[in-house]
Amino acid sequence: MDTSARICVQVRLFASYREAAGTNRLDAELPAGASVADLVATLAERIPGLVSAPGLVAVNHTYVQSDQHLHDGDEVAFIPPVSGGA
Amino acid sequence: MSLFKIVEGPIDDLALERAIRTDADGAVIVFRGVARRFSRGRDVVHLEYEAYPEMAEKVMAQIGDEMKARWPIGDVAFVHRTGVLEIGQASVVIAVAAPHRGEAFEAAQYAIDRLKQIVPIWKKEVWSDGSQWIGWEHESHQHASEQEVSAE
Repeated sequence: MDTSARICVQVRLFASYREAAGTNRLDAELPAGASVADLVATLAERIPGLVSAPGLVAVNHTYVQSDQHLHDGDEVAFIPPVSGGA
Repeated sequence: MSLFKIVEGPIDDLALERAIRTDADGAVIVFRGVARRFSRGRDVVHLEYEAYPEMAEKVMAQIGDEMKARWPIGDVAFVHRTGVLEIGQASVVIAVAAPHRGEAFEAAQYAIDRLKQIVPIWKKEVWSDGSQWIGWEHESHQHASEQEVSAE
């Protein structure tokens, strides 16, 4: 069996995305070589806001573009527009 | 010593000042962002803040590096609170120590402006008749989940 053909990433969700998904963490399995955009596509049905809204994405705590390739064990966070401060 | 933290309870600004001030400093600027009652014509009952703590602390430390690269300042304390905040409570405290006041003021202003741009923290306004995550109103896409009430 070719186990390298699939990767598993940990997804972190916050604020409106977390509420839409009903969870703050989930695991996603993807084909090896998949990008952030591919992950968004697999989650789109569960979290429609990921596609329609202008949030950012971080992989392992660093902001990335949607063509970033993912690796097994990556932590991918979907970041709605931030609003810290007062 | 500079420090960058997400905390769940009240922020002790005097402890932050003690942590960063050295005998080389002639100014300590402490900015405190507090929850306010009125927002875009509505009465806020309380605020709720959520963070991605591991990343937020790294990004706050990055902002601290940016501040030190731009101004001749000493240490920086940058603390943001999460959870439910009542009106008047501090959500964020930024303390900057420097030999002279000008750079301390400028660096503190820079820190809060950058926080609002890039640090993964979210604020929800809770009103008597609804609530909304803040941040979407600056974007071309208005987002409203079923739990949210439009700000319009």
